[in-house]
Amino acid sequence: MELREVISTGNDLAAEAAVDAGCMFFGGYPITPSSEVMHTISDLLPEVGGTCIQMEDEIAGIAAAVGAGMAGVRTMTATSGPGVSLKAENLGLAQMAEVPLVLVNVMRGGPSTGLPTRVSQGDVRQARNPSHGDYRSITLCAGNLAECYTETVRAFNLADRFMQPVIVLLDETIGHMHGKAMIPTVEDVKKGIVPRKVFTGAPADYRPYGVGDDEAAVLNPMFQGYRYHFTGLHHDGKGFPTEEIETCRKLIQRLEDKVMMHTDEIELNEEYMCDDLEENDVLIIAYGSVSLAAKESIRHLRAAGIKAGLFRPITLWPSPAERIKHFTDKVKNVLCVELNIRQYTEEVERVASRLDIHGLYKVNGRAISPYEIVNKVKEII
Amino acid sequence: MAFNYDQYLRLEKMPTLWCWGCGDGVILKAVIRAIETCGWKQDDVCVVSGIGCSGRFSSYVDFNTVHTTHGRTVAFATGIKLAFPDKKVICVAGDGDALAIGGNHTIHACRRNIDIKFIVINNFIYGLTNSQTSPTTPQGMWTVSQKSGNIDPTFDACKLAIASGASFVARETMLDPKKLEKVLVKGFQHNGFAFFDVMSNCHINLGRKNKMQSAMENLEWIDSITTPLKKWEALSEEEKINKFPTGVLKHDENAKEYCDMYKEVQAFHQGKRKTITQDDFAKKI
Repeated sequence: MELREVISTGNDLAAEAAVDAGCMFFGGYPITPSSEVMHTISDLLPEVGGTCIQMEDEIAGIAAAVGAGMAGVRTMTATSGPGVSLKAENLGLAQMAEVPLVLVNVMRGGPSTGLPTRVSQGDVRQARNPSHGDYRSITLCAGNLAECYTETVRAFNLADRFMQPVIVLLDETIGHMHGKAMIPTVEDVKKGIVPRKVFTGAPADYRPYGVGDDEAAVLNPMFQGYRYHFTGLHHDGKGFPTEEIETCRKLIQRLEDKVMMHTDEIELNEEYMCDDLEENDVLIIAYGSVSLAAKESIRHLRAAGIKAGLFRPITLWPSPAERIKHFTDKVKNVLCVELNIRQYTEEVERVASRLDIHGLYKVNGRAISPYEIVNKVKEII
Repeated sequence: MAFNYDQYLRLEKMPTLWCWGCGDGVILKAVIRAIETCGWKQDDVCVVSGIGCSGRFSSYVDFNTVHTTHGRTVAFATGIKLAFPDKKVICVAGDGDALAIGGNHTIHACRRNIDIKFIVINNFIYGLTNSQTSPTTPQGMWTVSQKSGNIDPTFDACKLAIASGASFVARETMLDPKKLEKVLVKGFQHNGFAFFDVMSNCHINLGRKNKMQSAMENLEWIDSITTPLKKWEALSEEEKINKFPTGVLKHDENAKEYCDMYKEVQAFHQGKRKTITQDDFAKKI
């Protein structure tokens, strides 16, 4: 695939990717460190006939975005941790009513107002279940500038495939990093667009939620003759509220299964210098901007005769359970490096069935340096 | 010939969950008649509702319908309208929906003057959740959360809408469905945000403990607190305090509509996109 060279920031690339992927609506609210996504998309969307609106608060930002998604266009919002907390209820509605949406979360220090201008990966656990109830969140995490673009594009296609919100996690470092990135051409992105399924039969036969046990809802755009109902209540095949026992059970089970039975379509990892790892070598697990430091540390470690590799999940949720298990079964020394306290380590422990996973955590708003990782590795082997 | 509502109703959803004698059904019928009078096609209309008794409004009418989260109706509607500016979007919210949990959205939707028709079914109480105080509950009335009588000052929804910049503001009651329909038509045909405070009864959850146990008693009370704008204007300042004027309270036909203004934004940005490449960067330094 042909790549083009751009010089940009992570936040700008997420905005550019959205527009190239066919996004036509953005509803947002200013919040550090994600505001530049809105700044940029407010220039780009009107040019292609789309709309960017700065709403009165975070809740209205996502509500407008979900509304546009219900109406039938590709739609996005961007925010940071405190904003996700506010948006959580309407993320839940989008999960329940199966409305595709891309939410970019540029992570900063938390909890609460935390460290607004500093880097963190503290929202990884939040991304898994931002609101109440049972559903499976799909969360992607960009590990470099190019991925701010490619993962946002992928998020739009996954949102339409699975008919639900997809969260793209950036962090302050990646979001504000300014540099060169090699990204796909607009033509290739457009060629790769897989729009949501639509029903073309007689309106009387249309059952938007009456799909197979592991399938996503088929929601036609509004105003085209297929009049149906969206609700956050438990609903039947036609979308109308119901308390019928079996219908309710099947609906929630389907929200689980439509994702968990198709994780192969969602999973994406990078395995950096992992091929030659043996039992007594070192496996580092890291994601997001931390993975850049991890790669650098691996080069230093290898130069010093310590064989180390990086496993980097790009799709954080659902987690790449089998692949993690494959490596944690093989390699004894496993080190998780995160800008939070054990948020993904706990998932690694769970899928690996191991309680001896080492961790290097930093929660002071500063990035982890390659040397800190090198020192930690030397300490654990 | 009597008006045939069947075409506009989801008959399989009848009967409604609204209590016997509830005003919501009267308002629903008036909205349907107003839509027909305006000549709007069912496919071109989206009805958005929130949470509460009024929230069920959207499931009974055969349009594109959305039942949203509590208080957020008009924010969802804003996204729908901006995605398809040529279509008609009607919001139906309760007093708790529009004035308490969703108050901020109401203010800003009024301010933006986006072409959404916002109908507040104001029954002065949280009905569905059993009689908690709402922003419009009169002071002194019994509620389940203020059993010695509501001490919170009462909110005038129309004053809020006018102060927030809505270009069309009207108040009616469900006592006169014909008049309600006429006012709805006027607001529906207005190019801009239209705010309707439609007073309705809840004799079950407001009236029961406030000496208005029947629908009629509740309606007589609504009648006693409202008066047509012209008559209201003639009242003394003291008499005005406990009376709400009805009719069209504000109609500014010259206010710019939001979607129309956004078209100018779209025109401004034509041909402006640019991506910086390594070559451009090299030229800069």
